[in-house]
Amino acid sequence: MEITIVTVAFIVFALISLGGAIGVVTCHNLFRGTIWLMVSLFGAAGFFVLLSAPFLAAVQVLVYIGAIAILFTFAVMLTRSISNLKTRFTRLNINIAAAIALFVLLVVGVIAPVFILNPDLQQPVSSVTRTTIDLGEAFARGNSFALPFELASLLLTAAMIGAIVIARESDDEV
Amino acid sequence: MVPLWFYLIVAAALFCIGTFGVLARRNGVAVLMSVELMLNAVNINLVAFWRYLTPEKINGMAFAAFIFVVAAAEAAVGLAIIISVYRNRRSVIPEEADTLRG
Amino acid sequence: MDCTGLCETLFRGGLDQGIAQFISLLVGVLLVSGVPLVTVIFLIWVERKIAARIQDRLGPNRVGPFGLLQTFADLIKLLIKEDITPTAADRLLYNAAPLVAFASVVLIWGVIPYTPYHFGADLEIGVLYMVAVASLGTLAIMTAGWASNNKYALLGAFRVVALLVSYEIPMVFALLVPVMLAGSMSLLEIVHAQGGMWFGIMAPISAVLFFISAQAETGRAPFDLIEAESELVAGFNIEYSGMKFGMFFAAEFLHVFTNAILLVVFFFGGWYGPLWQEPLIAFMWLGLKASVLYFISLWIRNTVPRLRIDQVMWFNWFRLVPLSIANVLVIATVVKIMQLLNLAPRNLIGASFGEVLPLTLVLLLANIAMGLIIVGQLRTAGQTARVAAENRASVRAAIGD
Repeated sequence: MEITIVTVAFIVFALISLGGAIGVVTCHNLFRGTIWLMVSLFGAAGFFVLLSAPFLAAVQVLVYIGAIAILFTFAVMLTRSISNLKTRFTRLNINIAAAIALFVLLVVGVIAPVFILNPDLQQPVSSVTRTTIDLGEAFARGNSFALPFELASLLLTAAMIGAIVIARESDDEV
Repeated sequence: MVPLWFYLIVAAALFCIGTFGVLARRNGVAVLMSVELMLNAVNINLVAFWRYLTPEKINGMAFAAFIFVVAAAEAAVGLAIIISVYRNRRSVIPEEADTLRG
Repeated sequence: MDCTGLCETLFRGGLDQGIAQFISLLVGVLLVSGVPLVTVIFLIWVERKIAARIQDRLGPNRVGPFGLLQTFADLIKLLIKEDITPTAADRLLYNAAPLVAFASVVLIWGVIPYTPYHFGADLEIGVLYMVAVASLGTLAIMTAGWASNNKYALLGAFRVVALLVSYEIPMVFALLVPVMLAGSMSLLEIVHAQGGMWFGIMAPISAVLFFISAQAETGRAPFDLIEAESELVAGFNIEYSGMKFGMFFAAEFLHVFTNAILLVVFFFGGWYGPLWQEPLIAFMWLGLKASVLYFISLWIRNTVPRLRIDQVMWFNWFRLVPLSIANVLVIATVVKIMQLLNLAPRNLIGASFGEVLPLTLVLLLANIAMGLIIVGQLRTAGQTARVAAENRASVRAAIGD
């Protein structure tokens, strides 16, 4: 397998997202944890670019990093999660063992037999992909994804109202 | 292009790191951050499968977009709940929210 | 990617093709990123001179003719200052925040088309990329506020994030209008679609909405409570000095000019003007139009008072967001009706002035109608406030205060 620029980019993004993920689960200071989360999500956005889905990459940066991670930062600051000096982990050894066992199970049980040993499933089927315009049309057509799109906007409205109601001060009058 | 199983291994690793975070971290906000990592891993998996196996259909990309929506909604409500619990009980540790325990 | 120009010269000279491509791309990147960096040097002088003149004073006039070398003097001063990091500050985040803030502004310049042939990258999702990168600036400011380990910086950072995240919404809705009219998110195609008629004439309310929310995004007056220089001890900037402060400073000034250029690209024709076929003239038109809009933004900055955070939030959620949504709905309906009646071209790219004229007139009428409704509501709101104030004054007079 030759080392092209795509391979190098893949390795870089893989290191970024895995490094960020390890940073999230092992940090003391949760504000730094949200920064590591942003780093990991940025690596995932890089993957989306490599996979010919630039729209998803931009939405990842805009929604996950620009909104959700900032929401996490606010939650960290509002719940004073920085100065919590108690132990970070509960039952560390068994949980590490469980995570590693899950990984080994996934790789050996699912990925290896189906995808590594089968040469037909290694390269892309074709290089003609759907574009952002097709995604927009799919969200608008009635027999395509229009109904899930409307339901998703309903879900977001409900979540927005729910979050405001749950998080407001209890002695506020409407 | 890179073989498909590279992406699958990275996504599986991200998922397992997220699982470890959910199981092991004591802080509720850290648990939610690990859940976001798991959702992210699923998204990478989806888009990799879409690109390599069915790039001529739009279903993969649309499904990934819906996962963004659901993850955003879940993060917002989850964090609101954590903030509300913190206000009432001054603690974000999930093990200490055990008033319903028999 | 085919290998032309510099790449081909290097390839013929004996270099490997991959390396030749890399070097030619690198030169292109340096040229494209050189434009904002050189512009910011000039902008700082322009800003200070114009602010001074509006305030009836002279401004910098000692260093060089008309104070032109003032920026270099500032730069040298900032560089020779001691590089301080507060003891209890989060060292890595504290030092990284100004870099991310500056980078998030310069990254926007990668998608701006200077001429029909000269641009950094023609992304299929240019508009979305631009908004995503601008949201990285929010992150940088909040990190700066937190990492300074200073409660005033943290307060400033909270207000900043609330402001910036809220004003992204009307900005994105206002940007939906040129994307809809051009049928593409690529900035190059948006400029090409304005060959017949500028989008600012077809949709002036969107242009105004984008201008207002962009002013808020950069923290310019009347929204400059981010770095309220006379209150809050400079906001998130308190603990920064020397070149780190210089980067925030330069990033803010560059961001205002970037907004002016984006306003031109999205709404005021980009590089179109008489005799635009020559790349150099096209670039000059872009710069000229951007400078006029930049001047207007400076003018507003130095003339209006500052708003409070709750006024800013109320204005956004109760006025700008409903207006921007209504704007998108009205324009989408009008454009679709006109296209169904065959009075408007399906694809605005390459349409001539005559083909676009009916659509322009109808859209202009719709915008004027919306504008009249807005002005009417402002009048009634002003009248109610005035009557309430007079009532309060007369009640106080009757009590014999």
